[in-house]
Amino acid sequence: MSNHDDDDTHTDEAEALPEPEGASEIIETDYEVGQDNITPQIGPFGLDIHNPVFAISGLVVVAFVIITLAFQNQVGPILTDLRGFLTSSFDWFFLMAGNLFVLVCLGILVSPLGRVRIGGVDATPDYSYAGWFAMLFAAGMGIGLMFFGVLEPVYYFGTPWGDQPLMRDIGIVDGVLVDPAAVEAARLTAMAATIYHWGLHPWAIYAVVALSLALFAYNKGLPLTVRSIFYPIFGERIWGWPGHVIDILAVFATLFGLATSLGLGAQQATAGIGFVFGIDGINDTVTASVILIFIITGMALISVLRGLDGGVKLLSEINMGLALLLLGFVLLVGPTLTLVTQFLGNLGAYFGEIINLSNPIGREDDGYRQGWTAFYWAWWISWSPFVGMFIARVSRGRTVREFLTCVLLIPTLVSAIWMTVFGGTAIDQLINTVTESSVYGYVIAAYVPELSLFGMLSELPLAAITSTIAIILVIVFFVTSSDSGSLVIDTITAGGKINAPVSQRIFWVIFEGLVAAALLIGGGLAALQAASVSTGLPFAIVLVLACYALIKGLLSEPRG
Amino acid sequence: MYRKVIFPVDLTHVDHLTKALQTALDLAIHYKAEICFVGVTGTAPSPVAHTPQEYERKLQAFAQEQGAAHGLKSSATACISPDPTIDTDKTLLGAIEDLGGDLVVMQTHAPKALDYIWAGHGDTIAARSKASVFLVRAHS
Repeated sequence: MSNHDDDDTHTDEAEALPEPEGASEIIETDYEVGQDNITPQIGPFGLDIHNPVFAISGLVVVAFVIITLAFQNQVGPILTDLRGFLTSSFDWFFLMAGNLFVLVCLGILVSPLGRVRIGGVDATPDYSYAGWFAMLFAAGMGIGLMFFGVLEPVYYFGTPWGDQPLMRDIGIVDGVLVDPAAVEAARLTAMAATIYHWGLHPWAIYAVVALSLALFAYNKGLPLTVRSIFYPIFGERIWGWPGHVIDILAVFATLFGLATSLGLGAQQATAGIGFVFGIDGINDTVTASVILIFIITGMALISVLRGLDGGVKLLSEINMGLALLLLGFVLLVGPTLTLVTQFLGNLGAYFGEIINLSNPIGREDDGYRQGWTAFYWAWWISWSPFVGMFIARVSRGRTVREFLTCVLLIPTLVSAIWMTVFGGTAIDQLINTVTESSVYGYVIAAYVPELSLFGMLSELPLAAITSTIAIILVIVFFVTSSDSGSLVIDTITAGGKINAPVSQRIFWVIFEGLVAAALLIGGGLAALQAASVSTGLPFAIVLVLACYALIKGLLSEPRG
Repeated sequence: MYRKVIFPVDLTHVDHLTKALQTALDLAIHYKAEICFVGVTGTAPSPVAHTPQEYERKLQAFAQEQGAAHGLKSSATACISPDPTIDTDKTLLGAIEDLGGDLVVMQTHAPKALDYIWAGHGDTIAARSKASVFLVRAHS
């Protein structure tokens, strides 16, 4: 490494963390962005793609789809078992890795490294706080909050796990909750356990990836692609096969993560549409879901053609507005005072339980620790190349401290607020009407997760309007994911170039829609989602290495 | 007749711009106009530069070199775009207006079928800019 802007002023060697001069410390490498790219002409379309990452990624995805469709009965159980094996055998590793990411992020946040500016000392932010936050939230967990906001708190509150963290049973006797103290304890545990899954840990995973990518691209001058993070570890070898494998794995995880979520999400959204508009049997065939996939893909296509500003950013802001509207509505017409007073208690419970929940040793709550936490961690980690890369793309110009505050602390707070309002309202309904409540019917008596949110909304005023807003929110979140995912895959498969021809982005949007539709029609969505989540383990290992690379990279940067 | 000639330049393909560049320079010389080189760069590292600041320095150097070689007043403006694939036209149009350019000379490819769906940069600039636009075909 050498100083890019060296102006002959000396560096104070005595300083504990010596800073280089100049805007940022560019890594000198002989590799030039796009040097392995080829520019074939396919019909009227000119391409600019990395050889071999583009071709192998595409072929691997197609091969997996064909094999899964052809040998569904054999491949499905293998992939699902693989995911189960990884999350149950390596739960300790996932939990420890998650803890490491949180500690690294918090450590950087409070250290002088927080003053480093992404893009160099002179860089200015590309986006306003509102636009930036809307985009990172939409990419990070928008859909998840919609889907799990009611489901997870109620599930933890009302399901006698037997092996739940605090071994509590809320005790329903003849349709009545008989022990208020047990109910309150179960509620707090449920909220703490839920916020744990949507709080510091997932955002720390995203933050490590995003910050590393941003640092090595914007400050160090390496291509904006996942392999660049590992330059301090692998050196020039990263431009060869070790780097190809990392990038291909990132594309695989992103594309299958998105396509399977889109397929499963379309089924859930159509279930919601059927529920809200009283269309029975909408999910008896896959027709409605496939149509919805095409609608979402079509909207994503328009969004892609409008670019970051006119597409993803605009949609993210619209969604942020709608989500706030829905949140405000539920807060106002729900048990407002109860929710407001519970919020600090929930946060307190989260911080009170975080050590117990994140400790992988000596626990007996396999159902929660392996079935939920390790699964979630694998899931977040498998999504991290996509979300991290997207967050990196839009975060240039922010200081590391600003970045970690807005990617780690504020989202945790927002998740806690969301869970308090949605989960809290649902639990309140459950406490008041117990077995009569809709959420009891959809989460506890039967497990119909896709209707849990609509069940909660159905017991509030204006349910038809709020449920319609919820469906629109889910659909638009999918559009933004599809758009931003295509942007990310395109950048990786173009060797880090962000000015590759637009036809490539269009290809990935359509490809993702087709994979989702094929898997929906032919079967295998759950199996390939399991395969996608399974990439969480190798990525967890590379992310641990990324922490080292990140700190090493930050140490050599000027600090504002 | 013209005071400021804007020449949008892609430093990656500067070797292929000879004809268009010569046209721009000749017009600037003829009308004793300033020539302003405008480049749109992404925020991420590219084959041309590691950072937008480095890109700007290279563009400035290119402009100075051209100005000195032809005895012209020259300047350079680097526009940073987070998504140059889509926003190049919009960014260029904004720059042409902000810089007060009254003539734009830029290279464009020969018409092809795809132009009916996606107009080339030259097409869009010619259709939307208030300035006069001179499109130079890459190959005659």
